[in-house]
Amino acid sequence: MGFMNLFKHFLADDWGVHPDDRKRPAADQPVRVMPVPARLYLPLQQHLGGPARAVVLVGQKVRKGELIAEAQGMVSAPIHAPTSGTIAAVTEITAPHPSGLTLPAIILDADGADEWCELYGCDDPFALAPAEVGLRVAAAGVVGLGGAAFPSAVKLNGAAKAKVTTLVINGGECEPYLSCDDRLMRDRAADIVDGIRIMLHATGAGVALVGIEDNKPEAIAAMQAAVAGCDTVQIRPVPARYPMGSEKQLIQVLTGHEVPADGRAFDVGVVVHNVGTALAVRAAIREGKPLIARLVTVNGNCAAAPGNIEVRVGTLAEEVIAFAGGLKGDGIGLARRVMGGPMMGLQIPHWRVPVVKGTSGILAFDTAEVAEQEPNPCIRCGSCVKACPMGLLPLEMSARIRNEAYGEAIDIGLKDCIACGCCAYVCPSKIPLVQYFVHAKGELAAQDRAKLRTEATKKLALQRQERLEREAREKAEAAARRKAEREAAAAAKAAASAAPASAGEVA
Amino acid sequence: MIAAILSLTLLGAALGIILGVANKFLAVEGNPLVDELIAMMPGSNCGQCGFPGCSGAASAIADGSAAPTCCPPGGKTLAAAIAAKLGLTVDLSAMADDGPKIAVVAEELCIGCCRCSKVCPTDAIIGAAKQVHNVFREACTGCSSCVEKCPTEALVMKPVPVTLQHWVMPRPALA
Amino acid sequence: MSEFILLLLSTALVNNVVLIKFLGLCPVMGVSKSVDSAFGMGLATTFVITLAAGASWMLDNWLLQPLGLGYLRILTFILVIAAVVQFTEMFIKKSSPGLYQSLGIYLPLITTNCAVLGVALLNVEQKFSLFKSLLYGFGSALGFTIVLLIFAGLRERVALARVPAAFAGAPVAFVTISLLALAFMGFSGLNV
Repeated sequence: MGFMNLFKHFLADDWGVHPDDRKRPAADQPVRVMPVPARLYLPLQQHLGGPARAVVLVGQKVRKGELIAEAQGMVSAPIHAPTSGTIAAVTEITAPHPSGLTLPAIILDADGADEWCELYGCDDPFALAPAEVGLRVAAAGVVGLGGAAFPSAVKLNGAAKAKVTTLVINGGECEPYLSCDDRLMRDRAADIVDGIRIMLHATGAGVALVGIEDNKPEAIAAMQAAVAGCDTVQIRPVPARYPMGSEKQLIQVLTGHEVPADGRAFDVGVVVHNVGTALAVRAAIREGKPLIARLVTVNGNCAAAPGNIEVRVGTLAEEVIAFAGGLKGDGIGLARRVMGGPMMGLQIPHWRVPVVKGTSGILAFDTAEVAEQEPNPCIRCGSCVKACPMGLLPLEMSARIRNEAYGEAIDIGLKDCIACGCCAYVCPSKIPLVQYFVHAKGELAAQDRAKLRTEATKKLALQRQERLEREAREKAEAAARRKAEREAAAAAKAAASAAPASAGEVA
Repeated sequence: MIAAILSLTLLGAALGIILGVANKFLAVEGNPLVDELIAMMPGSNCGQCGFPGCSGAASAIADGSAAPTCCPPGGKTLAAAIAAKLGLTVDLSAMADDGPKIAVVAEELCIGCCRCSKVCPTDAIIGAAKQVHNVFREACTGCSSCVEKCPTEALVMKPVPVTLQHWVMPRPALA
Repeated sequence: MSEFILLLLSTALVNNVVLIKFLGLCPVMGVSKSVDSAFGMGLATTFVITLAAGASWMLDNWLLQPLGLGYLRILTFILVIAAVVQFTEMFIKKSSPGLYQSLGIYLPLITTNCAVLGVALLNVEQKFSLFKSLLYGFGSALGFTIVLLIFAGLRERVALARVPAAFAGAPVAFVTISLLALAFMGFSGLNV
């Protein structure tokens, strides 16, 4: 227990913020299952990594669960038909993204039959080789359902290769308003634990720690009942605090290991998966069902009947809200539309964007909740420094970013920022700190791309130069050869004409 | 009077000789700076800067006769990198940066004459004789040297389309 | 010994060449935008001032005074300083291209730095010995470097602050350095 440890101990208790969680009453409502809408919009990129490639033709009939877009590249995930029907188009639609830009998507017209294709489940997943589990999960298009939508199979296989010792299951759900994971743990605790055990088998980890925030006592009780008699899965209540559900923070609280700044969870022998993902893995292995539906929380002051709804991937947010009971006063007073959580979710331009695999919530905020205020100058109070879960200096970073001194911002830790938004949340001057960081990260990524591009074109220019030189050389060689041939021919001709003459002389 | 003239002359001559000798011994071949700058430039020798190729521009920037912002394909990124290297402060906002541009072929106008593909410094234009040409987006540096060659004005410079992968969150407005 | 230490301290801090004597203000304003270039400039200036102080002492004591040519002092000193700067430039270019690159145009500008000439002339005025002249030159240069570094650090901070438009740029730099000068006045005590 050196001085530094003492220091860390005092610091460790301080990070994060305690926003009003506003999870109830939505969390206490039973799950409603939404019927399949007439038309589904399936973006080809619903995950981190390379976009999927459509493998269906317009007009083609597909059954529920059939592959309609295959994974491309190492980090990618396939997409399956959420219901049976006809492919109406493969086109561009508005992305669930603040930019309002489009992205390629498959549009599927449901036929109402909702008829499954053949499914190949497995009765004893523990008899499968771990790698086989990973393959099946990959084929089912399972991605992280906590929000980041990272392809789960990549993490499972990577964890097996990295020989992780601990599987951390994220039931934190630290974002206010959201309660879909809470609901899953209350209603389907046994299935989740089954999924966790399959994941343990796939990763080779010895123990699974399920971190659940202590503001969800029902979920904790349900999960504890489900793990009774199973000592490899442990339920660990953690204090409710945002961003407890962030990978690095949860690992530190549950295992005591700190993930290094430029490292990953694997480096401390841990892999993190969401509770929803555990359920999706179970469905993929036991029943062979691909990921085609998920639980979505509809919440916010403008939502008439907040609650959790089971929705097919590709359903428009508009239809989800209509099914959930619509907006209060037909949307009068609606100030902001958000997909995901209020802290890290994406503000969307309108409701006509589809639910994707990573959509955890659809939130309709009124002006009171948004409380947009003109930012005031920084008073250097240091609240953001105290709140930052990564121990960074948000006020210093934002000052540098404002001056476009991105290099200096990186020097003081911009790359470690997880964009959780704690700094902007606590700022008494209402400075949009996290927006600065997101902007700067985008700008840096653009600069990196520009640099790579310059290098690539330089190579091309060099190759062209070489090609031109080679062509010139070959041309010159060919000309020289022709000239030599001509001269040889001329010489032979001269010799031939000279020969008879000399022969005559001799004669 | 004479002492003053003599001593000043002598002093000047002595210092001149010392410097002359020193210059001989301390001579440096070439300018290492120029080589480093050449390594940073796009290397496509497109000539938009008005110098013969990237090495010409690099030496002009190094001796100060050209601004670090003179390279359009390099854009703001390159200008900032060069300015940092030379310890200069440049006004990047003044740089006409309506974003990077690339050449786009209007297919209905292209007659497949191949004149553009011959001048492209990065071989970014694809197409055979009498076939409609196309620009390979990833390889185009936006140097626009093909635009002047096109007899039917089928080539135009257009801003690189913003996609979800390229989108950058705008900077928050100042308080 | 204590005499030499006192001389060094008093030239570097109490009689700071920039903030008390107001010499060499142009490089202080010009090369103080970043700590890195300020450090390079400080090193080069230190080298030149120390060398010029020695050279000018020799010139004055061995040539000008014996011949009674005191009126040529400024002329010859400038000549010597220019030669030293030229030599420094060549030397740095040869020995350390990296430093040469980072100093860039500031290097030849040392010739016109009035602190260099000022130190040489003050040396003569004070009738120092050769060793003391060198020490005086080094101390002054040290003071110059310290001020340049502190001021560059301050300006880097000020650049991040949101200065009112009318004060942005040079005006706020002048305000900053005046406050720094006030602080340095404290070294000489308060003479009311």
